[in-house]
This record gives sequence, C-alpha cells and structure tokens, in this order.
Amino acid sequence: MDIVKKATREGYGDALVKWADEFPDMVVLDADLAGSTKTGQFKKVHPERFVDCGVAEADMTGIAAGLATTGKIPVISSFAVFATGRNYDQIRNSVAYPRLNVKIGGTHAGVTVGEDGASHQALEDIALMRALPGMTVISPADYAESIEVVKAALQHDGPVYMRFGRAAVPVVTDKLPGYKFELGKGSVIKEGKDVTIFATGILVAAAMDAAEMLKDAGIDAEIINIATIKPIDRELVVRSARKTGMVVTAEEHSIIGGLGSAVCEVLSEEAPTKVYRIGVRDEFGVSGSAGDLIKKYGFDGQGVCDSVRKFLGK
Amino acid sequence: MTELELKKTAVKVRRGIIEGVYGAQAGHPGGSLSAADILTCLYFDEMRNLDPKDPKKKDRDRFVLSKGHAAPGLYATLANKGYFPVEDLPTLRHLNSYLQGHPNMNEVPGVDMSTGSLGQGISAAVGMAVAGKMDNASYRVYALTGDGELQEGQLWEASMFAGAHNLDNFCVIVDNNNYQIDGAISDVCSPYPIDKKFEAFNFHVINIDGHDFSQMKKAFAEARETKGMPTAIIAKTIKGKDISYMENQAGWHGKAPNKEQYDIAMQDLDKVDQALG
Repeated sequence: MDIVKKATREGYGDALVKWADEFPDMVVLDADLAGSTKTGQFKKVHPERFVDCGVAEADMTGIAAGLATTGKIPVISSFAVFATGRNYDQIRNSVAYPRLNVKIGGTHAGVTVGEDGASHQALEDIALMRALPGMTVISPADYAESIEVVKAALQHDGPVYMRFGRAAVPVVTDKLPGYKFELGKGSVIKEGKDVTIFATGILVAAAMDAAEMLKDAGIDAEIINIATIKPIDRELVVRSARKTGMVVTAEEHSIIGGLGSAVCEVLSEEAPTKVYRIGVRDEFGVSGSAGDLIKKYGFDGQGVCDSVRKFLGK
Repeated sequence: MTELELKKTAVKVRRGIIEGVYGAQAGHPGGSLSAADILTCLYFDEMRNLDPKDPKKKDRDRFVLSKGHAAPGLYATLANKGYFPVEDLPTLRHLNSYLQGHPNMNEVPGVDMSTGSLGQGISAAVGMAVAGKMDNASYRVYALTGDGELQEGQLWEASMFAGAHNLDNFCVIVDNNNYQIDGAISDVCSPYPIDKKFEAFNFHVINIDGHDFSQMKKAFAEARETKGMPTAIIAKTIKGKDISYMENQAGWHGKAPNKEQYDIAMQDLDKVDQALG
C-alpha cells in the first residue's frame, strides 16, 4: 500500500477553508507567516475574515481576545514556538483567564521544523498550554486527523491549542477502520498485551511502524493515539496500563510537561506503572533536515522500537 | 450631563475608591483617583447605549481598563452607574467577593475585558474595534492606559495596528499622572513626548487636562468626529487627585489608607463636594 505523506499544517490550512461556511463567526489571524502556517489559503477565499497582524504575536493574541468578546471565533496562527511562548502572558491573562473562545494554531512544532534550529523548534509548547486552566490541548497525528481536530476545536466553547508540524509525515488515521477523532478521547490503534505505547502527533505513525518491528522481537505492543493531551482520556490510559503493565509515551516534545508527564500524572494517582518517556530529554534542538533529526532523536519506527526493547529488556 | 453634575458624580466615584481600598486594606488609590474624572466623563457622558440592566448589550460602546490596577476606580464608576450596589465596594479584594483585585469580565457586571497585565488591554480594545469594522457596527471602543504602561512594547504593537488599519472607532486615553511605582516616569524610563509618539503611529492626538470636564467633553466629541484614524487623548492628571496627602505621591500607587487617613480622605472629598455647591 502506498503511504501518502502530508504535513499536518496542510490539514490545518485546508480545514480552515473547509469549515469556513459552517462557522461564519470564525476569523483567522496570522503574524506574517500566512504562507508557512497555511492560513494564506483561508485569506484567499475569505479576505474579509482574515487579519494579518504583522510580526506582533502578543498584539495578535490580544486582538483575538477582543474579537472573541464580540462573539467571533478567532483562530490565531504562528509557529508553535511564537504562538505559545512569545505571547504566553497574553494567552494566560487575555485568553485563558477570561475563558475567551480563542483557538491557537501552532505550526512547525517540534524538531521537524528542521534547519531553522533551536530558536524555532517548539519543545515546550504542550507543557506551557497544558498548565493553563481551561485550555484544551490537541496534537493531531496526521493530515486527516488535523481536519477533524480543527472542526472539533471550533465546536468547543473555550480556548484550544492545536499543534501542527511542518514536515510531510505519513497519513495513517484515514486508513484505520472506523477511526474517528473525538475531543477528549484517545483511540486504540492496535491492541496488544506486553506494553502500551501512548503516542501523539507524528510519533503515532512511528509507533505503528515500531509495533511491526516489535512483533518480530516477540513483543505485542498496544498502540494508542492520544490526540487530546488535555483533557486526557484518563479512563483509557488507566485501562491500558493495567492491562499491559508497562507504558511508553512518545512525543515530539520535551519529556518535561508534555504527553509523558500527563500520562505519568494519571498513572501515579490511579495505577502506578513503570513508564519510559520518548521525547527530547531536557535539551534544545539543533539544525538539520527533518529526516536526520527524526533519526537523531529516535522519532521513527526504528527509534521507538529500540527504546521500547531497551525499556522492556528484550 | 452638565459639568456640575459630572463633578458631583466624580466626588461619589472618589468616595467609592476610598471605600474600596480602605475596605480591602490594599489596592491602588493613586492611579484610580487620577483617572476618576476620565472614567466619570466616559460612563456618565460620552459612552452610548450603556444599560446597567443589560451589561452585554450588543451595540454598546465598550471600555477596556488597560491599566487594570485602577480597578477601584472602574468599580466605583460602574457601581455609581448602577451595574452593582455601591455598598459592595468595600468587599474589594476580599475572599469570595466578585470584586477581584484586577477586573474580571466574567465576575463583574459592566467590565468588558479582564485586565491586569499591563499593555494587554489596548490590544483587546483594538480587537473589539476590528470586530466593529467587520460587522459594520456603530459602537466605539475606549481604552484607558497608564503613562508608565507606555513602557510596555505591546502597547505600541497595538497602536501601530490601530493606526495602520485606520480604526477611527477606537480612542485611547492616556492617564498622564507622571508617576509609576518606582517614581516619576521621566526618571524611571521616560515615555515623553507622548503626543509625538502617537502622532507617528497615525493617531489624531489631543492634549487635555484630565480633570477639566469641558476639555474632556470636547476631546471626546472631536474623537467621535475624526475619520480615518484612531484618536489618542493625552490627559494630564494628578496622581491621588483630591486627597490632600496622596496627590503626586508615588508612594500612594498601591497602598491603602488607615482609619485616620480614611477620615481625612473623606473630609477632603466633603470639602470638594461642598465647594461645588
């Protein structure tokens, strides 16, 4: 079967256009990156509902807050590192605290932004957004899921952070029978009994690849896609951990504060389980091609497989 | 409202400020008192379609207190306007009171935007003005900023946007009381000349005395008539205005009066009221 590769940011851009008529109050804002974040497509079709704020992420966030007070559904966009970090205080005080209905689209998240290097590689964005009361945090696995994530975010009343990537990555969820994204629900992609891999974003496809390799090593891995990192699907996390007794988390993010932390928080309270966190281990990223960086950090099937085998000692 | 009525109302607002910060034994009297006349002029004369019984009315003029620490001033104004009981003002900053230390739009009737982190309110106000343009709505949007707040970079991001987008439904008022926590603004990090800066950002700029209701009414009317650009009203004010021992004292930026000082403040305000006849 041919594997189609497409960036999740493409899904973001296509979704904004696709859902525009269904959500007439939606207004899209960007900070001089419309070509890269893919909001330019929305601008082309609905210029009257698009605001380019220039290179002023803090102001863009405040403008979105003001728009939201009038009943609009503003969607702000920038690279994830600037869409959550440059304007953190604005998101905290002007969006999250007043519970305003602002959606944040952070693209180019993780190390796969590539050559731009550490200054542009958001590895703390999930941690920052997850700590804010009332903030929903979603990290879609692929292009197809991104389309549905944007719709769910628009339907949800309250602030939402959506995380997208730059690099073309395998589209996998549309081939899973009966698969449907639901806000707040994780989904079992493959049942297994020896270890659970909770993956998010581009690590979902990698975990699926790893599962095949692990099978050859006699390891039956359960693969679960956690697209909604907050609120996390506690029930599913606990159920699967109790079943397999060994847990690995996998994300293109720091091991501090992201999916790994979220899973550990749930398990330590409800079902203490040994956990290994795949992610960037408390360091900044480096320049390189997306492909080389994926290998360097062990974010491909082989890398995930190696980490799981080392963790299980098999 | 006539100028005399506005002056009388401003005395009530100032009494409310003192009741609030005395009740809280905390809060920011200095910058609330400097802004009291501006707030009174806005809420009792300038702003249209306000209805205390329907605080979220769609076509209402909007106000954002970008200098959110002047919450006692905004609360005293809103209470006197009828949004909530004046008797609640002393619960300011108390546990379980809806009168939070800084304005919370989800708790306090009449507050159009939650503020407190400086430099942010102005962007939200600009966002409201953008929405007004998109919807072809008739409402205007006002934002009050402190002069120390002009040191926040975001304020200039928002100003650049408002000027570049010709938001003539937006009016920013600078409460130019010349003091911030650490001292005189010109000593800490001077934002002067304020008018020239806003002019450079494509604002129509009006310099006034922020305690002179005749000048304020005229300036707001001029702002309303100005087309194709936003207006910045630079209002020269006195920090701690009308409380004898607080005037022009940076030390009263964020400090509450004790019982004796409370009594003196109320006597000061009685004198101002009596002089008005």
